Amino acid sequence: MNSFSSLIVPLILTFIGLYGIYRKVDIYDALVAGATEGLATVAKIAPSVVALFVAIHMLRASGALEFICSLLSPIASFSGLPPENLPLALLRPLSGSAALAIGRDIMANTGADSFPGRIAAVMLGASETTFYTIAVYFGALRLKGTRHAIPAALAADLAGFVASALAVKIFFA
Amino acid sequence: MLGKIWVVMVVFSLFCALFSQKTSELSSAVSAGASQGIELVLSIGGMIMLWSGVMEIMKRSGLSEKLARLLTPLLRFLFPSARKDDGVMSDIASNVTANLLGLGNAATPAGIRAAQGLYRLGGSEYATNDLCMLVVINTASLQLIPTTVAAIRASLGAAAPFDIIPAVWFASAVSQCVGIVCAALFSKFRRKSPL
Repeated sequence: MNSFSSLIVPLILTFIGLYGIYRKVDIYDALVAGATEGLATVAKIAPSVVALFVAIHMLRASGALEFICSLLSPIASFSGLPPENLPLALLRPLSGSAALAIGRDIMANTGADSFPGRIAAVMLGASETTFYTIAVYFGALRLKGTRHAIPAALAADLAGFVASALAVKIFFA
Repeated sequence: MLGKIWVVMVVFSLFCALFSQKTSELSSAVSAGASQGIELVLSIGGMIMLWSGVMEIMKRSGLSEKLARLLTPLLRFLFPSARKDDGVMSDIASNVTANLLGLGNAATPAGIRAAQGLYRLGGSEYATNDLCMLVVINTASLQLIPTTVAAIRASLGAAAPFDIIPAVWFASAVSQCVGIVCAALFSKFRRKSPL
């Protein structure tokens, strides 16, 4: 299992590179052009990540995060998620930058390869910023109502979070 | 919205710090947080740039188009109203493909075009079933390689930053399936009385 997952990324890079040569793509030009676009993305997310990182850090240092976790721990045992991961579940649908900040905070605090640390990573990797996405898509249209989109999207998020804890239990037991 | 959440977090931190007498920790957290924020951006930045480059190769070599064609039968099943409209269907396919490859930049414009197409086909002022399905699929993650998370894990000294990939696939698949089933189920309950 471990050697399989450590091969996924090199294999994908190899395959894409060879396929690009086969289709006569200017590989280097494409890499640099894409990375330039990537740099713009990085610059775009930097300000909000810094702003939210300060807030998350303040929550951690003041003991507020611990307090919230202890309040939420009854829900935690119910969902199978460790209490440390619940603030991430709350913030994930609202803000991608806040989720990155709190996710990194959890991983740094409990250890990247710890049980809650891995769950935080899987939660981040397996979800999107739901409300932002909904705002972007429906904002582009003139709708009177979004009907069942929000409840269904939140149900998917919740299922994804519970499944994250389950997946870490299965794959890293 | 986010601004208010930010203020709530700061004010709540201040109250907790006063209550637990951790005010000096709080003030050092402000500067530490800011510098660690930009460190985080730098540690994930390289990975974002690398993958954007790799995905550009996929785009230029026609690989992403191939993937989109592979997905079309499934998408025709999920979006019945777009079956007769090749333009909308191809927008949906490129949206889903870009999401799979982790190309947020390319996914959103295609997704908005698809949403506008579905809105036009639906002819309703309320979100149609297919429009809700599109949004739900986009709010549940599809990304095949969780590059950002792997970069954070690497920066924190994880032994194998990418070893979470199978777990991420499992959790994404569960989330995606629950989203699709809920979108289909809820659409029946709310057929006559839109929110």
